Amino acid sequence: MRQQEFEDKYRGQWQAFHALLDKMSGSHKTQLSHKELSLFPTQYRNICHSLAIAKERQYSPYLVDHLDTLVLRGHQLFYNKRQRIGRRIFEYIAHGFAREIQNNRGLFLLSHAIFYGPALIIFALTLLNPDLIYSLLPHDQVASFESMYNPEQTVLGRERESDTDFYMFGHYIRNNIGIGFQTFATGILFTLGTLFFLIFNGIFFGVIAAHIINIKYQSTFFSFVIGHGSVELTAIVIAGMAGIKLGWALIAPGNFSRLDALKLSAQKAVQLMYGVFFFLLLAAFIEAFWSSSTTISNTVKYIVGASLWTLVYSYLLWPRSKV
Amino acid sequence: MLDTNLRVEVPEGIAINLPLAGPVVRCLAFLIDLLIRIGVYLALGTVFGVMGIFGEGLMLICLFAIEWFYPVVFEIFNGGATPGKKLFEVAVVNDDGTPVTWGASIVRNILRAADMFPFLYLTGLVSMLLNGQFKRLGDLAAGTIVIHRKTYSHSGHLPEAKSHKAKVALTLEEQSALLHFGERSGQLSKARSLELADILAPVVDGQESSQRMAAILGIANWLRGRR
Repeated sequence: MRQQEFEDKYRGQWQAFHALLDKMSGSHKTQLSHKELSLFPTQYRNICHSLAIAKERQYSPYLVDHLDTLVLRGHQLFYNKRQRIGRRIFEYIAHGFAREIQNNRGLFLLSHAIFYGPALIIFALTLLNPDLIYSLLPHDQVASFESMYNPEQTVLGRERESDTDFYMFGHYIRNNIGIGFQTFATGILFTLGTLFFLIFNGIFFGVIAAHIINIKYQSTFFSFVIGHGSVELTAIVIAGMAGIKLGWALIAPGNFSRLDALKLSAQKAVQLMYGVFFFLLLAAFIEAFWSSSTTISNTVKYIVGASLWTLVYSYLLWPRSKV
Repeated sequence: MLDTNLRVEVPEGIAINLPLAGPVVRCLAFLIDLLIRIGVYLALGTVFGVMGIFGEGLMLICLFAIEWFYPVVFEIFNGGATPGKKLFEVAVVNDDGTPVTWGASIVRNILRAADMFPFLYLTGLVSMLLNGQFKRLGDLAAGTIVIHRKTYSHSGHLPEAKSHKAKVALTLEEQSALLHFGERSGQLSKARSLELADILAPVVDGQESSQRMAAILGIANWLRGRR
């Protein structure tokens, strides 16, 4: 069949499909009737068929290009995945997150070691040698931490008035979740970025905690951090897990090409990051509205804080049924 | 052929061409998005500014949400294109040609943090230039590409001419080239068409360039099936 005949025979089909595409996408989207929708797959296949013929018979490039455009547009509509987002979020929080952690037990432990290991070492060293903090942090930063947790202070965490809880909530969301995302993302540089952020934050936390004990401000500091720390520190560790997973795919891709290994691991890692996001949101909320409160006694804060830690780890490690 | 198309095979058993978008158009789209975001920040700043410290808190939350999720929301709900991308008619799709999914969009946008390193998206730019499909790190991990959105379909017009068979046997590729030339002749300047027609002087009848041109159009018409 010559091109002319071919065009004359099928032009009607192409035009009909083109009109249908315009109806289904773009700014003038209209609701299609049930009949039109049920015809779509057949019409799409017909266009694919036309394209295959046009290519095979080397019809003119313009015709091939025209059909190619139609197929691409049809393809995008036809393979649009239906995303039932509400149900998936619920499923994820109930089981998915914990399952993802439990599938990576080894990595979960490793990230704990990378974060808490240096933190504990520096903590112990600073207890033995209180001046160590001044070689790690600038003087004015140390001073600002001291004033923050001074027991004579009426409000904890930051110097502030009572109506600024919400402001701090925003501040924690922006900073802490940003740090979580950064810890994950920089893992793509062969895990180096993630390792840096985990160790850096660990050391920072360790040295501050030890210094607070050295100057005997622990009653304000530990009652402040114990609550939100349960979700926040765990979230940072999990973000580290996700980042290491990403970078490790590049270091040891196994039976895949490096690129494919990276794609596969990113799909898994982002499953962890949803949880990190959820945890950090929770942490910001607790930190702004609970931890900073001065009307709640320290005993209550310790009890609630300890329960939160237990809750977080049982939530993550409680065995789930396999999918 | 030397072009930036990515051939992808679809389940219908044929290959389609995805025209990849390069770094320049993507940078421009990014700049437009940046301007839009700055505009939104200014507008929000004015509104929340009058609400005091509470407003500042809201502002920080909005800053966070826009910084990280502005592209995600548009990529999912606006056919893969942020307003900047829409303006330049490019869009994000999965590298199998299907619309971008939540997971992929979130991965590619969180990984901006790595692409930004150490400043001005240098890592991302280097990655784009080294990769045959112009992928930045986020695209590599998410398995996404940015393509030119083809919504127009340009069908060439072959001028009518008395059709006749070619003097020599033509391969399929040669036939296709002649057809393509015939359909493009309207877009080329007259002088250029004649110049190109002269290349075929040994195998086409005619003394003058214009006669050869007519002969070529005749062959193209014949190939197209106008007898």
